[in-house]
Amino acid sequence: MSANKGMEVSIAASVAAKLARVEVIAAYPITPQTHIVEHLADIVANGELDASYINVESEHSAMSACVGASASGARTFTSTSAQGMELMHEILFIASGMRLPIVMAAVNRALSSPLSIWGDHSDVMAARDTGWIMLFTENGQEVVDSIIMAFKIAEDRKVLLPVMVNLDGFSLSHVIEPIQFPAQEDVDRFLPPYAPLYTLHPDRPVTMGAYAMPELYTEAKYGQEMAIRNSKAVVKEVMDQFSTEFGRKYSIVETYNTENADTVFMALGSINENIKTAIDILKDNGKELGLVAPRLFRPFPADELVEVLKTKKKLAVLERAMPGGAMNGPLYNEIASLVIQNGLNIQLENFIFGLGGRDVEPDELIDLFEQVSTSAKVVHADNKNYGVIGVRS
Amino acid sequence: MRMKSLERYTDTPDFEYATSGHRACQGCAEILALRLGLKVFGRDSIIAMATGCMEIISTPLPTTSWRLPWIHVAFENAAAVASGIESGIKIQMEKGKIAKKDINVIAIAGDGGTSDIGLQALSGAMERGHNFTYICVDNEAYMNTGIQRSSSTPFGAMTTTSPPGKKSIGQKTQKKNMPKIAVAHNIPYVATACPSYPFDFLAKIKKAKETNGPAYIHVLSVCPTGWRVPSDQAIHYGRLAVRTGVFPLYEVENGRYRITYSPEPLRPVTEYIKGQGRFRHLTDDLIAQIQEQVNHDWQELKNYSEMK
Repeated sequence: MSANKGMEVSIAASVAAKLARVEVIAAYPITPQTHIVEHLADIVANGELDASYINVESEHSAMSACVGASASGARTFTSTSAQGMELMHEILFIASGMRLPIVMAAVNRALSSPLSIWGDHSDVMAARDTGWIMLFTENGQEVVDSIIMAFKIAEDRKVLLPVMVNLDGFSLSHVIEPIQFPAQEDVDRFLPPYAPLYTLHPDRPVTMGAYAMPELYTEAKYGQEMAIRNSKAVVKEVMDQFSTEFGRKYSIVETYNTENADTVFMALGSINENIKTAIDILKDNGKELGLVAPRLFRPFPADELVEVLKTKKKLAVLERAMPGGAMNGPLYNEIASLVIQNGLNIQLENFIFGLGGRDVEPDELIDLFEQVSTSAKVVHADNKNYGVIGVRS
Repeated sequence: MRMKSLERYTDTPDFEYATSGHRACQGCAEILALRLGLKVFGRDSIIAMATGCMEIISTPLPTTSWRLPWIHVAFENAAAVASGIESGIKIQMEKGKIAKKDINVIAIAGDGGTSDIGLQALSGAMERGHNFTYICVDNEAYMNTGIQRSSSTPFGAMTTTSPPGKKSIGQKTQKKNMPKIAVAHNIPYVATACPSYPFDFLAKIKKAKETNGPAYIHVLSVCPTGWRVPSDQAIHYGRLAVRTGVFPLYEVENGRYRITYSPEPLRPVTEYIKGQGRFRHLTDDLIAQIQEQVNHDWQELKNYSEMK
């Protein structure tokens, strides 16, 4: 185990891909993903990694080339953001439907229009039902570890699905953090070379991507649905194995100070570090609040969330995507469904924050937490079911 | 001019890589072209096919007509998928994960998947110089979805989205010159072909197979269903397309044009146009316009082929 190294998280993500010994990288530049693919290009150019680097002409072709490469049996990696993820949207469904273990670092960014290069979750939320396993990360160390774990999860014969590792654009991708890199030989032991079930090879011809008539389409999709639902057990296994091998503990739902708190908050991604800070400050003032942070978003870790939430009185869901005319934000809607289906007696609040890179200061979080924990139900402007933190009307 | 016979018919193996039992229309020239062409590529080949007629007729789950590794991903990305396959097998061979040998990576798409929706992916793959062959099977419209016009539909043709009427002559634009676009990428090999001239076609497939880098073959494939001709006339109309100069057979090796079959003196285009339901509405004036365009394009091609 090496010492901590101060490094930009994007660079660290590309080093993680190198440690995973990726064989094909197909990527197209888009802010704020660029540093990942630039550094990977360097790594390949310097001969530090034996890989084919395909400079595709669009994200649509990036994911298409990833599908071709993965189908040929190569360990395949890409990275994108925002508009790029939208352009590859069509192929996201195909990658999961064809059960190809591609890993993508999604550097989350707002969707146009208006154009914004800054971070939020509107890109990944628009892709949330594409059949990809989705991990969210809070800091640089998690990004590195998650990319390595992602390949092991994706390539497990019980899974064979693509995995998206989400990291917040700029607020995580462009910050310098202390990172501990596992040694190459330890990663090699943890993550052996990809051994595909079927590949495109003349010695054993197979047909991939056939079409299904109504008699078979439902069954094909049902099989895929079962695969992603069942992948949760593998995600847990891999996280446990990672903890044993490398000493850093991961769980699919992270909790912080939930034991003593009746009111808890939920969010995805790097905001959780700020939320923990706000919780610490309020704790010093004698107020007990908790954080429930799903690291795994797809498949949705329902049982694990119920386990934490069943004793809580109030949950505020904070999320970085506009509902787009829906009742609430996408994460809240899922939680609402979970609460109803499990008969939980918990009051829910929903707040939208941090759109297009809008900063949320710890003070704002503290104010919000005070408001949520002291009022019976927060009343929102314009008869909405949710609040938008810091919005000027 | 007789074309130089590079291959004897007996050199093509009996083995079928595109097997019978597929659902192509009677008289389909596309599946005929692929059936013949794949014999030249041989067993060490991988196909990436775009959505379209050839995909739909060959692979309803759980059946397949392909005795080669075959993948279909989407409509517009056959060239990008082929890029990934070529890069994937190359790195795995370099790393010793799979045995080193020559494997032909072949991308196949129709005219819509090539000259319209797939043009960008194709341009990218040609520019990057992947070692692959791209075959465009051109039946001059979106036949799979029911005969809608593409940018490869010829001037005047009736399709379901370029119908003739009081204010319409049918397709009002000229056929996009895809081979010329491929040539503009400075790739080592570009050719046109038609299964009505199988020796010429197979010789070109062989050259494409042996090319190191991207090769592009544009295959005119008569569609009896969409062209409104009897299903036993596909070969006949393919020949007429060549003999009238409507679809000349040529190849471009490292930028040098060579006409591989000279139909001179050109037959009048009316011989090609008459009998095709898709041109039934054309007036003599419009046919004269087409003749003029064909004469112009043929002369241009001859000029290119005389350039040293």
